Amino acid sequence: MAQLMPISEWFQKKEKYVQITPKTEKRPMPDGIWSKCAECGEIIYQKELVKNLWVCPKCDFHYKLAACDRLNILLDEGKSDEFDASLSSADPLKFEAEKTYIESLNQSREKTGLNDAVITVKGKIDSRNVIMAIMDFRFIGGSMGSVVGEKVTRAVEMAIKNKLPLVIVSSSGGARMQEGMLSLMQMAKTSAAIARFKKTGLPYISVLTNPTTGGVTASFASLGDIIIAEPQALVGFAGPRVIEKTIRQKLPKDFQKAEFMLGYGQIDLVVHRKDLKATISKLINFFTGELR
Amino acid sequence: MKKFMMDFEKPVVELETKLEKLKRLPTKEKSGIAKEILLLEKQIDKIHESIYSNLSASEKLQIARHPNRPRTFDYVDFIFTDFIELHGDRVCGDDLALVGGPAFLEGERVMILGHQKGKDTKENVSRNFGMPHPEGYRKALRLMELAEKFNLPLICFIDTPGAYPGIEAEEHGQAAAIAQNLMKMSTLSIPIIILNIGEGGSGGALALGVGDRIFMLENSYYSVITPEGCASILWHDETRASEAAEALKLTADDLLRLEIIDGIIDEPLGGAHRDFELVGGTLKKVLEDNIKELKGVSIDKLLDDRYKRLRKIGAYAEK
Ligand SMILES: [Zn+2]
Repeated sequence: MAQLMPISEWFQKKEKYVQITPKTEKRPMPDGIWSKCAECGEIIYQKELVKNLWVCPKCDFHYKLAACDRLNILLDEGKSDEFDASLSSADPLKFEAEKTYIESLNQSREKTGLNDAVITVKGKIDSRNVIMAIMDFRFIGGSMGSVVGEKVTRAVEMAIKNKLPLVIVSSSGGARMQEGMLSLMQMAKTSAAIARFKKTGLPYISVLTNPTTGGVTASFASLGDIIIAEPQALVGFAGPRVIEKTIRQKLPKDFQKAEFMLGYGQIDLVVHRKDLKATISKLINFFTGELR
Repeated sequence: MKKFMMDFEKPVVELETKLEKLKRLPTKEKSGIAKEILLLEKQIDKIHESIYSNLSASEKLQIARHPNRPRTFDYVDFIFTDFIELHGDRVCGDDLALVGGPAFLEGERVMILGHQKGKDTKENVSRNFGMPHPEGYRKALRLMELAEKFNLPLICFIDTPGAYPGIEAEEHGQAAAIAQNLMKMSTLSIPIIILNIGEGGSGGALALGVGDRIFMLENSYYSVITPEGCASILWHDETRASEAAEALKLTADDLLRLEIIDGIIDEPLGGAHRDFELVGGTLKKVLEDNIKELKGVSIDKLLDDRYKRLRKIGAYAEK
């Protein structure tokens, strides 16, 4: 098993910051000049799509975002200091199916330029320092294994230590089955860290993006002081296919969508991507008492 | 008792049926075959030993799901006295798949929570096969807070295939209900002991699973996903669940090795249902010893240790 670093040592260690250079990161879309909206079928000039924050200009469909693109949208000048970037999975179960876990990891690394499904950074929102964790669905479906759990927990602890507001942007299919129970226990670990953060009196804003389900929804993502979802984002515990199989009936089209969950009182706000940064900024300023 | 046969038990069940037939013969005829009966009994013991002493993950899974496996209420009746079942989440329902209430463990006042499956189809339907809705988790949260208020050690019995994946469960906030319990249990200022007595199905099990001591019965399992679900994702073929069960490392032995649990509680050969009182007795002793030990620890240290215990779970490399 890989080295497990106790928290005491971590605090003694100097925080290592690595500047993220978004240009080297790979985009979720092919390089073609035109792309077709997955929702309405509209053919969109890619430059326009980027300018529109990866939201379809015709139907408002919110594309999944690479973590670095999300970072560009939410943080001042897209600038941030990443920490714990080197953490990588150790394949504790020696998990093998058609593909070994190591192969899946390598493919995802190749595809995304990331070491795992979350990046954790310190950055500024409207000149105010925040700690932010951003999940990336392209990395094994944004699943939470030991690395995601550890990085999110360290980010929460970093926010506690530096007395900074916390923002976590989730996008995940749930716990990562290739790490078995070690993945499941990350739900408890991250929730325990959030419990400690709650005592600081600082705000934790949880942003749910398409899709956020399973073990991530059933832990830190649902524990925000404020929970925001992007329009039409799928948000839930069980995935729709599992539910359909269990109850043997088709689900309505809006089931588990952000607006549906808002109607059932599960989230505070549904916010369009173009307004997301301003909304988070306003909430943080309000709850830290800095709004005049 | 109704006979239920797990596939790997076939050779022994055939012999057992034969033995029962011989034993049912009138005494007059039986005297002539006394020797044969004795021989058969010896043979059965031997086969028991050989098939049960080296079970695969998927065989243990079958024992964990055995219809005659003792449930939470069986242990509650056997181990505790004066149990009072308390009901309802104070919002909209009472979930029969998750039960709880105060009781005495010898002289000690405790709070009990547990998933509850049914003994037969009818009870299983009313208890939703031990798969809770958010109402169940919110009832659990309420009873946890009650336990904290009155300083009662909390004992949780885990035995669920998972939280129920249904329409209303989603509408009523299944994910949030589980998350709230995880957060609450991490800071609850009372000793918490977790006993996995059968099925530890993912987040629905974990929602009663954060504590200071975690034990598993020898043939119980604890898994991030059902082996069937895992097989259907990996190979689009649920029938390969036994392969998935091996890969997921979900047995008590595996989880002791991964340092997720503190200990394994032995079961008689073939499973807890074959000698319930033996297992009940062991569980009682384990609970008494651990509560005594945990009550000697200051609350600050208890909570600090509980956090550290979670904090170190995970396997990763770091440059
Ligand atoms: Zn569109």
